[in-house]
Amino acid sequence: MADPFLSIQHVRKSFGATTVVEDFNLDVERGEFVSFLGPSGCGKTTVLRMVAGFEEPSAGTIVVGGKDITRLKPNQRNVGMVFQAYALFPNLTVAQNIGFGLKVAGMSRADIDARVAEMLGIIKLPQMADRYPYQLSGGQQQRIALARAIAPKPKLLLLDEPLSALDAKVRVSLREEIRSIQKKLGITTIFVTHDQEEALSISDRIAVMYGGKAEQVGTPFEIYNRPATKFVANFVGTLNVLEGTVTDAAAGTVRVNSEQVSLKGKLNGSKSGDTLSLALRPEAISLGRQPGRDSSLSGEISEVHFLGSVIRVRVGIGGNTVSLDTFNSPATPPPAVGEKAEISFSSSDMLVLH
Amino acid sequence: MKSGRFWAWVVFILGAAYFFIPLLATVEFSLRMRRGVHSFDAYQIVLGDPRFQATFLYSVIAAVFTIILGVLVVVPTAYWIRLRLPQLRPIVEFITLLPLVIPAIVIVFGYIRMYGSNSPLPFLGSNMGANALLVIGYATLALPYMYRAVDTGLRTIDVRTLTEAAQILGAGWGTIIGRVILPNVLIAVLSGAFLTFAIVIGEFTMASLLNRPAFGPYLQNIGANRAYEPAALAVIAFAITWGCMSLIQILSRFAPKSANRPN
Ligand SMILES: Nc1ncnc2c1ncn2[C@@H]1O[C@H](COP(=O)(O)OP(=O)(O)OP(=O)(O)O)[C@@H](O)[C@H]1O
Ligand SMILES: [Mg+2]
Repeated sequence: MADPFLSIQHVRKSFGATTVVEDFNLDVERGEFVSFLGPSGCGKTTVLRMVAGFEEPSAGTIVVGGKDITRLKPNQRNVGMVFQAYALFPNLTVAQNIGFGLKVAGMSRADIDARVAEMLGIIKLPQMADRYPYQLSGGQQQRIALARAIAPKPKLLLLDEPLSALDAKVRVSLREEIRSIQKKLGITTIFVTHDQEEALSISDRIAVMYGGKAEQVGTPFEIYNRPATKFVANFVGTLNVLEGTVTDAAAGTVRVNSEQVSLKGKLNGSKSGDTLSLALRPEAISLGRQPGRDSSLSGEISEVHFLGSVIRVRVGIGGNTVSLDTFNSPATPPPAVGEKAEISFSSSDMLVLH
Repeated sequence: MKSGRFWAWVVFILGAAYFFIPLLATVEFSLRMRRGVHSFDAYQIVLGDPRFQATFLYSVIAAVFTIILGVLVVVPTAYWIRLRLPQLRPIVEFITLLPLVIPAIVIVFGYIRMYGSNSPLPFLGSNMGANALLVIGYATLALPYMYRAVDTGLRTIDVRTLTEAAQILGAGWGTIIGRVILPNVLIAVLSGAFLTFAIVIGEFTMASLLNRPAFGPYLQNIGANRAYEPAALAVIAFAITWGCMSLIQILSRFAPKSANRPN
């Protein structure tokens, strides 16, 4: 494998006695879009600010394009950044905001004007050049902030929750726009968010963070379908967790609420009598026995939520409750609360959480 | 409710009378130089007096230098306190309030002892040195107003994020202060500047004890020796101060609008 473009190696950050980032490692390829996903306070912003140069790591190194930038000042790094609060300069027009970095870099007036016009085209706001930030909506301001960040052709683009101040509709359309601009320009990007749907939908890879560490780094598909830790499994997506007891470690059978499930080859290292946490995504479960599903459990329907095209059903199984989704079908009415029901699934979809 | 409003008006009128009657009396008196009729003779004499022109010009120049010195000291300090040392804010605010507590006469006696011609820093040994010391003293007197004006201006912008946004775009400290911070607090700086101007123009104690040919001592001198001219001078001085205050009011309408409105 070629050397990664951005390499964050064994980075640690302490504020006084508290360590907020601990042995953080991440390699990012040129042109890749990586999201940091994690709960509030897990250190996402802190890592990003160390890459930007606003915080100095207590230990470790950050390398960009083969060059160690760990101790460089932010204004020497050639990195672009988009802030949650837009941070446009209120005294400058849109064009002057976008041209700020170019002017600082000493570009000629004509080149600045050309580049600003190109940027306004890319973000699809060509007629806004002479407006002031207070005359723009939040979504427009954030697009200007994006244009300002990428105008000087930075090596890296850093975005710290750029969409969280916007309303839901704008959030979805702007995230797709950010992704398509990023792809078109091929700019290596780190995107911080605590919204899992956002991270899953636009990233090449996701680093799920918890307690200052990267719990798992992988493609959205891997993160969602093969979570490496209990935290990742719980944090990403909705998860049904069932308690099971290993009945025969060699044969791979597990008892869940007095029924047997075969999990051959998934129990790595568990002994007979161990208690396990078993997880199933709602979409991996069907109501009733279905062809091709090798396992089933019986229980009682405890809740039914009619959501339109989808009906979310909760089924009590022993002490646990399992959520599952079925499609609405005009011919069959939804199940009723209190009915006995059987759920089926493929044992290969079941995750064993460690 | 109704009687409440009545009493409010009574209080307001009494207060206004307390303020305006002496003022009107002064104006009226300043117009009575020529016997029997109202005239602007006193004003003509005052404005034509070469000492008036010289001392007034001296004080205007002193005010301009005081404003420059004040801006150079206060803007970076207030900015840095907001950006990096917010824990020092109470201490700095306390220091900036000291000139209101310590009488100017105490400061100026301290200066005379510290910077006399036989001291290691003989500011008072030369004319320019004494002028410089006067400007420094004035900057101290204006500090409470200047600092508060600038700090209020800084509060309306997100100093930290704007600084970081400029930094990551490659800007150094000069560019950040000159292109981002100062333009956004310019109106606040100007209102601080006009307050400073108003203070410096009429200041007496420091200028007199440092023996400077300023407007304040001239006012006092005229007041002690003439009848009608001091009244005219008082009206002129009042008009200047009042003009400065109005300019602050007008300028504050042009403050840049904050873009960080929630939506
Ligand atoms: N300058 C600082 N001094 C002391 N502690 C800090 C400082 N900056 C951050 N922290 C602490 O570091 C931890 C991680 O903060 P960080 O801002 O990186 O979290 P985050 O993952 O970005 O959270 P959020 O999703 O809420 O933005 C938090 O517990 C925070 O209190
Ligand atoms: Mg954060």
